[in-house]
Amino acid sequence: MSISDQLFEGEHIRLAPLDPEKDAETESKWTHDPDYQRLISAQPVRPLSPGQIKKKYEEAEKEKKHNQFVFALRTREDDGAGRLIGFARIEHIEWNHAHGGLALGIASPDDRGKGYGTEALRLLLRYAFDELNLHRLTATVFEYNTVALRFFEKAGFVIEVRRRQALNRDGKRWDWLHLGLLREEMKDKDSRFKFQDSN
Amino acid sequence: MNSHLFQGSLLRLTAANPDSSADVDALMRWARDSEYLRLQEGDPAMPRSAARAKEILSNAQDHDGATFILRPLDDERALGFVGLWANWTHGDAWLGIGIGDRADWSKGYGSEALRLALRYAFTELNLHRVSLTVLEGNARAIRAYEKAGFVLEGQARHYSRYDGQWYGEVFMGVLREDWEEKDSSSKIQVPN
Repeated sequence: MSISDQLFEGEHIRLAPLDPEKDAETESKWTHDPDYQRLISAQPVRPLSPGQIKKKYEEAEKEKKHNQFVFALRTREDDGAGRLIGFARIEHIEWNHAHGGLALGIASPDDRGKGYGTEALRLLLRYAFDELNLHRLTATVFEYNTVALRFFEKAGFVIEVRRRQALNRDGKRWDWLHLGLLREEMKDKDSRFKFQDSN
Repeated sequence: MNSHLFQGSLLRLTAANPDSSADVDALMRWARDSEYLRLQEGDPAMPRSAARAKEILSNAQDHDGATFILRPLDDERALGFVGLWANWTHGDAWLGIGIGDRADWSKGYGSEALRLALRYAFTELNLHRVSLTVLEGNARAIRAYEKAGFVLEGQARHYSRYDGQWYGEVFMGVLREDWEEKDSSSKIQVPN
């Protein structure tokens, strides 16, 4: 990789800034989908209005003490604004230990299984390791989210912790898995960061 | 019902008191020991101001769960703290514990505080499990946690760096059933 390789541009999607006005409308719709919410959050599912979402953005902006980086995932199809398909965060960074957490979601089932998540993950790993210069990333996955588990394992993440029965969903107990990826584990996999069409 | 929830044979679970200069002084004194701080939290070790000590004591009174100041049975001296930060939806809580002054280490205070905190977590907060993390190599703490019923659930590799060396973060958890097996006080019943 070199300084000329683009950090934010994938083949089909890009890491983009949030657009609070427009994105709040879309994200409000996502909060009305409990199946999606239960894949990405342990908090009680709750539909939120665009106004409530906007307030959440503002609070996040205020609270972020430079230990959180949030991206909107957008398609590149119409090379202008693009369509919002999900979000990604590098968060809970502890700079003194050079570690952080990684969270990623593709909201609509129609946008899944198309490689968008994989593209986003490549961009995020490069951002975390080559821009933020972190040493390790943690991703956490709920036991029932087998797609996410396979997704992270394919990228080199290893299951490190199994927090037994830490989730209660529909009266059933599920484990909460923590996966880790070290920077040096990516070293020989430099090509993973690279896209055929770095234009 | 269990006997006195806050009373052990060596120490008591008591309220944190932000208005007590003795409590504020104790929190500042403990934080002059950088090893104590490093074993306690991942933030860069920093000496604690009075304002910060006061803030910690105030927060202890007001969060989801409970934080207690540990004191001997017969005086008001602060020995340390034990806290539970609950996730009510899933019946889980993170536990944090510290015995502040080195003179008070290895006297059984930590083990008893753990026992009281778990009894409180399972019989008063009605949690399903309690979680904690501990720095790799902190053998004294890990032994005490295992004795209290905690089970090793994994280790996040290269999680912290001190003095040029990487340390893993050890994750442990205790389910209600682990605790019931371990702690006879879970079975104490008062005849009705």
